[in-house]
Amino acid sequence: MSVNKKIVTDLIDNGVEFVTTVPCKQLAGVIDEIDRSDSIYHIPSNKEDEGMGLCAGASMGGKRSAIIMQNTAIGVTINTLVTLIQYYHIPLPMLISYRGELGEPVACQTEMAVHTKALLAQLSIPTYHFHAAADVDELDAILKYCFMSKKPVAILTDASFWKGA
Amino acid sequence: MIRSEVLKSIIPIITDKLVVCNIGLPSQELHLMDDQPSNFYMLGTMGLSSSIGLGLALAQKDKVIAIDGDGSVLTNFGTLPTIANNVADNFILLIIDNGSYGSTGDQPTYAGLRTSLTAVAEACGCENVVECKAEDTATVLQQALDSNQMTIIVCKCESGNITVPVIDMDPVVIKHRFMQEVQARNDG
Ligand SMILES: [Mg+2]
Repeated sequence: MSVNKKIVTDLIDNGVEFVTTVPCKQLAGVIDEIDRSDSIYHIPSNKEDEGMGLCAGASMGGKRSAIIMQNTAIGVTINTLVTLIQYYHIPLPMLISYRGELGEPVACQTEMAVHTKALLAQLSIPTYHFHAAADVDELDAILKYCFMSKKPVAILTDASFWKGA
Repeated sequence: MIRSEVLKSIIPIITDKLVVCNIGLPSQELHLMDDQPSNFYMLGTMGLSSSIGLGLALAQKDKVIAIDGDGSVLTNFGTLPTIANNVADNFILLIIDNGSYGSTGDQPTYAGLRTSLTAVAEACGCENVVECKAEDTATVLQQALDSNQMTIIVCKCESGNITVPVIDMDPVVIKHRFMQEVQARNDG
């Protein structure tokens, strides 16, 4: 099974029916796979804080939701993470492309990469880092943990992970 | 009419509907005048009332009214194309447009100057966009509910505020009772 298929299968098996995305080159394959799935409503958003609002609404409507975005979005969404997702205890898996790590061709991406884990730690957001292809095997347990704890959870996926996948 | 008077005029219509209400004075006024488990009050995160409302409408069957402001829509402008391209006929976005940032001291917004939110919503591809005078809001809202079509209402009203207490309910309590209400309506 391809890693994109595996990710989407884990989302579906954990009852996720509503996914919002803001694209990244590294995430193109998984976004295509989300689009192909009949059991997931895919709603692209224009900005990640908007996407978190959509997810919060769907979650309160009884549909498990998730967001797929780039790590640069951590800078965009801190207020929304704190005053909406965390404040109201809304579970939110965040599948995040971890740009600016080893193998990165675009220098500017390293600028947010060096802050990404520190920001997530400051926000007390449980954070998992997929570096080797086999790391994806933990996704199922991470999703279960997210919905059990009703917290936002960050899954950082770096270039080495996508290259090995 | 100012926003609190507009809200008062629509309470008979929205009292039994799922309502997502904008941060600050709109939520405080609604909470004071007609607190209901079917109301979701935003305590933080300016701009996301329409996004939360759309997500909720897409996820379940019951009708949803998102009450938003001109300043908040300007803050989250990307919401209008998303709404236009993800039609939920159980969704009504009511923008109470007083041309000012009411909760922060009535600083003017661009919506009160040269920018028409009605024209913007139409340009974004929203199909049923109705601009109305404050006095007509209740009638227009009832028509939108009866039409069973997703509708954006831009209610033009005067700037001004009444004194209201802050909401001291815990956010998790607001969410919990709201979700129970949503579930009961969808089970029924
Ligand atoms: Mg205003």
